[in-house]
Parts: sequence; C-alpha cells; structure tokens
Amino acid sequence: MAKYIIKRFFMMVITVLVIATLTFFLMHAIPGSPFNEERGTNEAVQANLEAFYGLDEPLYVQYGMYLKRIATFDFGPSIKNPTQSVNDLLSRGFPISFELGMITIIVALVSGIILGVVAALRHNGIIDYVAMTVAVLGISIPNFVLATLIIQKFAVDWQLLPAATWSSPAHMVLPTLALATGPMAIIARLTRSSMLEVLTQDYIKMAKAKGLSPLKIVFKHALRNALMPVVTILGTLLAGILTGTFVIEKIFAIPGMGKYFVESINNRDYPVIMGTTVFYSTILVFMLFLVDIAYSLLDPRIKLAAKGGE
Amino acid sequence: MIKINYENTRELQKNKEKMVLEVRDLHVTFKTYGGTVQAVRGVSFDVYQGETLAIVGESGCGKSVTSSAIMGLIPTPPGEITKGQVIFKGKELTRLSKKELRKIRGSDISMIFQDPMTALNPTLTVEEQLTEGIKQHKSISSAEAKKKAIEMMKLVGIPNPTERMKQYPHQFSGGMRQRIVIAIALMCEPELLIADEPTTALDVTIQAQILELFEEIQEKTGVAIILITHDLGVVAKIADRIAVMYAGKIIESGTKREIFYKPNHPYTQGLLHSVPRLDLKGKALEPIEGTPPDLFAPPAGCPFTARCPHAMEVCEKVMPRSESLSSTHSVDCWLLDERAEGMRLA
Repeated sequence: MAKYIIKRFFMMVITVLVIATLTFFLMHAIPGSPFNEERGTNEAVQANLEAFYGLDEPLYVQYGMYLKRIATFDFGPSIKNPTQSVNDLLSRGFPISFELGMITIIVALVSGIILGVVAALRHNGIIDYVAMTVAVLGISIPNFVLATLIIQKFAVDWQLLPAATWSSPAHMVLPTLALATGPMAIIARLTRSSMLEVLTQDYIKMAKAKGLSPLKIVFKHALRNALMPVVTILGTLLAGILTGTFVIEKIFAIPGMGKYFVESINNRDYPVIMGTTVFYSTILVFMLFLVDIAYSLLDPRIKLAAKGGE
Repeated sequence: MIKINYENTRELQKNKEKMVLEVRDLHVTFKTYGGTVQAVRGVSFDVYQGETLAIVGESGCGKSVTSSAIMGLIPTPPGEITKGQVIFKGKELTRLSKKELRKIRGSDISMIFQDPMTALNPTLTVEEQLTEGIKQHKSISSAEAKKKAIEMMKLVGIPNPTERMKQYPHQFSGGMRQRIVIAIALMCEPELLIADEPTTALDVTIQAQILELFEEIQEKTGVAIILITHDLGVVAKIADRIAVMYAGKIIESGTKREIFYKPNHPYTQGLLHSVPRLDLKGKALEPIEGTPPDLFAPPAGCPFTARCPHAMEVCEKVMPRSESLSSTHSVDCWLLDERAEGMRLA
C-alpha cells in the first residue's frame, strides 16, 4: 500500500507537470500578449512592462521560470490586477469554489444513489419511470440552461430564493441545484442499472434465505457491490463539477475561482492562467487518487499495489 | 457410477412420527410474456427428522422451484403459489405474512445454494456473513455469535477458524467456500436444510468431501435434508428416500433401494439407464429420446407419454393415479393399473 501511494505520488507529479507544460505552450501559442490591447500602449512602456514580467526573455527561459514558480507554488502578481498576487486570488476564491463543489458532489451522490436504489427496487413501476425520466432530463439539460431557468422561476417569478451571490445557506440552494442535477442524474442511472444486476446475484438470494430484512439486504448486501461503477465515474464527475463551477459561478455571481480563471484567459493574464490551471489539475489528480483508494475500501478483492505485486 | 451405501439407508419407520415438513398438492406458476408457465403441478411429499430426501430430475422439471416455494422465495410477481400447502411443523407457510416467514427462513429452515463462488457476498468478511443471520433471529451478543461461528467453522472442517473468519470469500477455494455456505446454513441450528445442487459446481474429489460432511452433520444434529440434484451418484451416496420429478410432478418416489433396484416408472428406468456404468464398459449410453413437454401447455395425460417406450392410448389422455407398491414406494404410471397387466414389462 505504502509503495503504491509513493508510486502514485510520482505519477501525480508527472501528470501535473505535463498539464502545466501543455498549458504553458498553448498559452504562448495564442497570438498577442497581456499588454496587447486595441488602444495600443506606448512602445517603451510596453517593453518595460514585458521586461518586468520577464516576457522579453526567450520562451525556454520563461518556461524555466514558470517551472520554478510551480515548484515553489508562488505564481507572482497578476498582470491585470498588479496589487494582488495569484496566491491571494486562489486563497480567496478557492474556499468558495471548494464549498460549492463539495456541497454539489454530496447532494449529487446522496440524491442520485437514493433515486437509483428506489428505481431499482420498484423496477418497471411508476416510481422507476418517473425517476428515470427525471434522470434523462437531468443529463440532457446543460447546467447553464437549468441555472437561468431556475433563477427565473425560483428567484424572479416566485421570489422564494435569492438569485445570486454566495452569502447564506439560502443563497447556496440554486447554484447547487443547477450544478448537481447533471451528476445526480448520471449517478442515479448508473446506480439503478448496477443495483438491478446485483439484486439478481446469488448472494442476495442467500441473504434473503437467511431471513434478513429487506432494508438490510439492500443496504448491507446490495448497495456496496452496486456502488463500484459509481465510484468509477466519480473521478470524471468531479472533473465535470469543478469545471462546471466556472459557468455556474459566472451565472450566479459567486466570487469563486472560476471567475478569475475565465477572465485570466480573456486577458492573457499569464500568471493567473498558470496558477489556476496548476491548482485545478493538482486538485483533480488528487481527487482521482482518492477515488482509487475508495475502490479498495469498497471491494476487498481490489488490492492497491505497485506493478509487480507487493 | 452408482454405488449404494447400505449403512446409510436408515430405518425410516423409526422417525415416522417426527414429520418436519409436509408439502401437499403444491402448484407454482410463473407469468411471462409468452404465457403462464406451470412450473410445479401438484407436488406432495413429506420430510422426516434426520432423513435425507433427494428430489431428482432433469433441468426445468421444477425441483428448484419447489425448494424456493418451501422457503417462500418465489419472486412474486411473476411467480405465484396458486394451490397447495407447505406445512412446517404444523404451520402453514404459504399463509404466513412476509415478516412471519422471515422468522422461519434462515432460522428453522436453511438453504444451501448451488454455486459457492457466487453465494457469498464478496464485500463482507466471512465472520459478518456467518453471524448476521443468528443476530437477526436470536437475541444473542456479538461475542456469543462469534463463538458459535467458530464452532460451526470447526464443524464444517475449516482449519484456523478464528483467523480465517476475518478473511473475505475470495481468499477461500471453491470447496472451502461451500463449507462456509454450509456453516452459514447451520448457524441457527435449523430443523430442515434445503440443499439445491450443493455439489454441482465442485470438482469430484471435493464433491465427495462435501457429501461426507452432510452425512456427518446429519449424524450430529439430526437435521432433515432435502437434496435437490440431477446427479444420481450423489443420490446413491447420501439419500434415504428419493422423489423423481418430471415436468412439474413427482412421478415416482420411494426409498433409495426401491428406486435403484425396483424402478417402476419408465422415466426412472430411463434415468438409471442413462448413467455411465463401469461394469458395462464399451457399451454406448442409453439416453432418453426426446425432450420434456412444454410447461406453457402441459399435456392432459402423463407428461412422459411422448418419450415413453411403453406408451398406451390412455397415457396421452388421462393422468395416471398414484399406485402404492409399498408403504414407501409409489408410482404414477398406467402400466401399474390392473387393467394394463398384459402391457407390463417382463
């Protein structure tokens, strides 16, 4: 296990490095620079600015500087808002984005699993059809469409919930709903189909033959086995939710990281692009690692070991 | 090869008074898109304490459905017990509520499944799977349940039970897993054990070990066993009485000696002929020609008519009555009717 974790750690570092490198060269492959605006700045001023941020150096030198910054996790000041460092932006925006992301994944997991289990137990009944119709809708409707729709209904028409910002639990309802519906629908469908499969297994028959209560059979014997496929897609869903937060944060005016991320690309704000990308990919890679650990916790047959055995 | 174990043919009369299970005229149907399958069509038998009743028959003859019906495990819908009674120690099981049935299931009546590779939950430890049933049925502490589990693991012959209980099913071999399945079934000291093809998924040497284990357990606990199988070798080894099922009906039943030495139904005779024998080396096996009838629309008469070498006109039209040849041996065949004297085999 320890060997596996060490191995995974190195793999994670390499993955982040590859992402960072690709981002760096893509970023510089786009024509223009942070100071390249329509109104045109004085050439001398521009040269000075470029020198200040090291943009006049050859690309490989900039790449070296960039790697050094990643290693020290200090991305320097933002170009657009020189008074703030990238680290400031991250430490301000990340907790909010993280909160939104975590609430979303918890809501999606809990409601998706419950919906899937109920649908499977009432297989081909009315509840099943309703749940699966909701699930198909949830998968088909993009979250930004759903977001505008629920703002219109819940906030504007019925005045039930605040339309934007992130300051109280009531404010969190609509963004979470918009962001969680898609993943919830995917989880519900997956839970249902794998529950249906597990429920026909011999060990479920055996649990019934033991005289266990239906609740015990479902939660102790069936669900744990049925959750394996859900765990598998959890990594991808997490990525989806993390990137989904960009759009949702924009729509609901939530001061999370997403805002800076999107703006930084429009502004060619190199340090911010770098910082947010490296930060996001680090989190994502780490989440995927947690998902792999979760496998071995759920199913004792899966042993985490570095290649070639323990 | 069929080898009869004489020592095991117990005196049935001795236990007659201790009837554990009585099945009377059991009918089970399954509704499907293609129509209604009459899987079990009027099955009756008794099981006494300390004996092994083998229910023998080919695939699809209704033997597993019969065992599920006793356990109350027929999935409803599509399945339904349309008629008949299952009486366990005076209690009519088909009339009990689900909750009352759950109290009997796993506690007084236990079941052993065919494939030990799939009958154990891969994500729970063996200990958990052993103890959860007894914790459900009896007010017993975890420590006591664990002690009982260790005892059962010893009884079924698993070495180092204390350590091995903490392991997961995938850490055991097939034979060991079947022993665990048996241990689980025995945890609550049931009075009736239903074993649905318990050795089919095992290789031959392990089969023999498991069968010996059954005998040993029966000796120690006096549990009644219903053994569902299509393997006549298994039957010859451990059964006391045999019921032969065909197309949802029991067509012949009797003690092991009666069935093996004096089979009277042409189907039973065919079954015995189709078993490979060492003393008939070089001869081709004699299969029973044809296939069993369609249970969507079972024939009005004897279901074996189409495949029977001695079929008469009456067989096709009227179901034969049960003829008793001895207090234990009964056969459903027109050949045994007094009017069919001349048609009987030499």
